[in-house]
Amino acid sequence: MKISYQWLNQMVDLHGIDPQKLADQVSVTGIEVASVIAPDAGLKKIVIGHILSTKPHPDSDHLTLCQVDLGAAEPVQIVCGAPNVAADQYVIVALPGSRIAGNVKIKRGKMRGEASEGMICSLQEIGFSDSVVPKEFANGIYVFPQPEPVGDAVFLYLGMDDRLIDFDITPNRADTLGMHGAAYEVGAMLHERPRFPEVNLNATGLPTHELIKVDVENLELVPQYLMRVVQNVTIKPSPLWLQIRLWNNGIRPINNVVDVTNFVLLEYGQPLHAFDYDKIPSKQIVVRTARTDEQLTTLDDEEWTLRPTDLVITDGTKPLALAGVMGGLDSEIDAQTTNVLLESAVFNGTAIRKTAQWTNLHSEASTRFEKGINQDDVGQALDRAVQLLCDLADGTASEGTVIGHQVLPAEPEVLVDPQRVNHVLGTQISAAEMRQILTDLQFKHQDQGDQILVTVPRRRWDISIEADLIEEIARLYGYDKLPSTLPTGVQTQGAYNHRQQLIRTAKRNLLAQGLDEVISYSLLTEPQATAFAAHAPAPIKLAWPMTQDHAYLRENLVSGLILDLQYNLARHQNNVQIFEQGNVFIPQGAETQPLEVPMIAALWSGELSEPSWLNKPRAVDFYDAKGVVEELLTILGVQDQVVYEAETGLSDLHPGRTARLKLGEATLGFVGEVHPNVQHEHNLPATYVMQLDLSVILAASLPALVAQPAAKYPAIDRDLALILDQQVTNAEVEAVITAQAGKYLQNVQIFDVFAGEKIGHLKRSLAYRLHFQNPAATLTDDEINQAMAKVTQALTEQLHAQVR
Amino acid sequence: MGLKAKLEELKTKGLVDIQAADDQRQLNEIRVKLLGKKGPLTEVLRGMKDLSAAERPQVGEFANKIKTELATAIDQQLQVLDQKSLQQRLAHETVDVTLPGRQAQVGTPHILNQVIDDLEDLFIGLGYEVIDGPEVETDHYNFEMMNIPKDHPARDMQDTFYITDELLMRTHTSPNQARTLETHDFSKGPLKMISPGRVFRRDNDDATHSHQFNQIEGLVIDHHVTMADLKGTLEVVARHVFGDEREIRLRPSYFPFTEPSIEVDISCFACGGKGCSVCKHTGWIEVLGAGMVHPNVLRGAGVDPVEFGGFAFGLGPDRFAMLKYGVNDIREFYQNDLRFLHQFQREVK
Ligand SMILES: [Zn+2]
Repeated sequence: MKISYQWLNQMVDLHGIDPQKLADQVSVTGIEVASVIAPDAGLKKIVIGHILSTKPHPDSDHLTLCQVDLGAAEPVQIVCGAPNVAADQYVIVALPGSRIAGNVKIKRGKMRGEASEGMICSLQEIGFSDSVVPKEFANGIYVFPQPEPVGDAVFLYLGMDDRLIDFDITPNRADTLGMHGAAYEVGAMLHERPRFPEVNLNATGLPTHELIKVDVENLELVPQYLMRVVQNVTIKPSPLWLQIRLWNNGIRPINNVVDVTNFVLLEYGQPLHAFDYDKIPSKQIVVRTARTDEQLTTLDDEEWTLRPTDLVITDGTKPLALAGVMGGLDSEIDAQTTNVLLESAVFNGTAIRKTAQWTNLHSEASTRFEKGINQDDVGQALDRAVQLLCDLADGTASEGTVIGHQVLPAEPEVLVDPQRVNHVLGTQISAAEMRQILTDLQFKHQDQGDQILVTVPRRRWDISIEADLIEEIARLYGYDKLPSTLPTGVQTQGAYNHRQQLIRTAKRNLLAQGLDEVISYSLLTEPQATAFAAHAPAPIKLAWPMTQDHAYLRENLVSGLILDLQYNLARHQNNVQIFEQGNVFIPQGAETQPLEVPMIAALWSGELSEPSWLNKPRAVDFYDAKGVVEELLTILGVQDQVVYEAETGLSDLHPGRTARLKLGEATLGFVGEVHPNVQHEHNLPATYVMQLDLSVILAASLPALVAQPAAKYPAIDRDLALILDQQVTNAEVEAVITAQAGKYLQNVQIFDVFAGEKIGHLKRSLAYRLHFQNPAATLTDDEINQAMAKVTQALTEQLHAQVR
Repeated sequence: MGLKAKLEELKTKGLVDIQAADDQRQLNEIRVKLLGKKGPLTEVLRGMKDLSAAERPQVGEFANKIKTELATAIDQQLQVLDQKSLQQRLAHETVDVTLPGRQAQVGTPHILNQVIDDLEDLFIGLGYEVIDGPEVETDHYNFEMMNIPKDHPARDMQDTFYITDELLMRTHTSPNQARTLETHDFSKGPLKMISPGRVFRRDNDDATHSHQFNQIEGLVIDHHVTMADLKGTLEVVARHVFGDEREIRLRPSYFPFTEPSIEVDISCFACGGKGCSVCKHTGWIEVLGAGMVHPNVLRGAGVDPVEFGGFAFGLGPDRFAMLKYGVNDIREFYQNDLRFLHQFQREVK
């Protein structure tokens, strides 16, 4: 709500504090101020003019020549195109050299040959929003309702010299959605007691209960429901001072009756509704929930088929209004209305929210019911409106209020322990200071031993426990006065746990191997979510996704990496080596949280390095990807235990260029080329990917690392070149070598792979270097020869190897 | 000509030859020629037998002196030649040092993870544990336990990705507070934790909204933890991330799970508080929310709110990174354009 500085100043002595300063102070002690609005900002030389006479422009059928008194000795001629311009109007005149809305400069000029000494303005032209301009001036110039001092700047007379402090409230402070609430807040801050206009009602009409009968069926949804009647009103525009209050708050003035209800809404924060009494022939009001399929046409001419959760105001038979949300067309106030039935009520916020949501009718009223109402002032707000209608619409107030229902909530009594306050805040605020703050808040309080018993007024329904009052004391005492300390007490040790450590190590290793880290979305399409898995379970789906692109929980990380690749390819970034660490979600049944598995995945596409004068770039291949995986698994300590097998069962991967990684019985992941069909489908060049399940590594047991002294004796290397059938794998050869070479074999390294005519069809040559070392003595040729003989024999027998 | 004169002449001629030599082979020849067994010096010395016994030691000494002088001259010349050939080799080997070198390719950590890692390091140093939790949460932990009962306006469907009535994508990492509070053994000391992670909101992605972003939630609970401790802790964070000169400002706010609740502003790092476009001319930038843990949250997790209390805060690494590095579109973090990511290669601090 935009709090008018001038209006507020009538309720709290602001001591002339600059509005911006006041706003800053309110921000720091209570409610965030979004901005301070100056309606006249950027405008100048705009004055009141009196049109003395008019005549049609000789060369135009829509322009009028006006003789306008601007307070100078001689009137001036201004050409005006508005349809509603007429003699004897008091109007807004932008003088030559003035600035109007949108920083437009007005110059002296000629219009079709006639001199024009400025411009007669509409409200929109001086910065008013279309939504607040009274309907009668919507398509023309504004005309003051009464003579105003000619030549004076207009701002004062249109409320544009006011400053509007825009309170951006949190949901708990809806008590400031009215001027009274705002005044209490600002008053507490300035140590001022707010004062409000007295309500003195002279009810001379018929007793209200003779005019209307009121029943509330759903008592728990309608804590208060009060009505009065104002008879014999005259519908006309409200006085300008009241219109100003409304338009400065974004509300369009309509007529005195509607305006009064809106004015009291702004004043008290209490929504009121005015019915045309004569349009309710039953003279009866029944408040209840809607029946299934009941119909109602609201003020905005929308037809609704109501739901049983909607609260409605009925005439005993049919709905007249959507309670707390919007009135109905049938009982609307119009120019002929003479008797007004006024409602002031409290409706259940949740019920109102539901209705406002499904109808998408979010009004000033519904917002307030949703967020809360000052239950103390429901009757007073009604009386205030009746009084204003008597004054401004020449009405007669009915005698007494008809109460359909009225149950006031208890005023909470909260004990505050000053010691506790300081214990929580880390301060040394005296009990006397705390009492002063409570007094400033206009909270009743009395000492009870060392404690203070506070009676919280109903207008502050956000306060019910001691912690709430600690906040009141803290904010008004001033957070800037809070000392800065660090927690003391028993020392704690901060550290990563094993899982976090492993994840950090894995990420660092991939970075060191040249891959960039990415963060992709966890929510994907269904095919993306289930790709790169053999038997992916149906993925978890959001109940109400925002878009179909982000509707399912991912079961792999690779799909995200491919999206990242596509994004880069589209921007001509073709050499992509990226990885991501994150969770995938494996469903465990509809009502159970999924298993969240930590994974790490990588993708390679394009060339390994950017072209340089030193080296020719090389396209990435399977062994680049696998090498990174091997290095990573070495750092994580499990490489020795991992078995790489040809993987042909993943339809998104190349069946001849994919390895499945196994760690014991568990599948650790895969590394391989994206299937050519998938590459084609996504328009990708050759792309390699890997994905590892880190939970498998976390579960693996690693032998303790025990250091060995560096060998003192010379090692011996022996090379072995073999010709084998093509389908014999390196793993098979290494397995035979490792099994047969004896205990001095330290490692086997393959250093050549060759296939060609020389070797023979369906054959290939593999060359290995065997590294022998005896830690305790010098190896003899004899020992090595024996070992090599065993190896060659086994290779020949088991794998039909031909030793070259 | 006496022997002495002969020796002088030999020396003079020899030195000229030595200095004229311009390679090692030539110099070796000179050495043999002058100082060898068949060389002139030996010959001169042979003639000493004709000298008197008195002259002989004098001439002998003189001859040896000349021999040493010549040998030294040869060595010196040898060094000169070595230097010369080294100079030639160095000139030959000279490279253009301005050509770029072979760089080992090193990856760039994602900027959001850099921000998160940096804060984790800070808090671990302050004695905090790092607690992970599920990204798919129950309504119970995400809302009920955080003092956000059903029908609370904060749970509007617009904000939350529900999966079922009871399961949802967590909207904050706060549920880890409740999960940890339930299990923490306070007899072993206070609870100090941070909880970083992905969170989700039902938003349309645009420059300032992302349906997925990151959060770090912090919590400290002990017998006596004060709001002043919260202020001091947040000052440490603000200065660590945004610079030592930062001041912080606390403003009242509202979160269902804290009371009192505050928003925290830092003095603008771009203008120092004078007012600029970064701080919308206020001198202050809102960076996080915090407060003293609501008694209902403690009670709900089985912790006595009379005996124990403390503070919680929640900050957004995405927002921190946007502010600190001037990123104007949050989607850049999740599109992963390599050119965007690579900017954060240098040690960012
Ligand atoms: Zn600034």
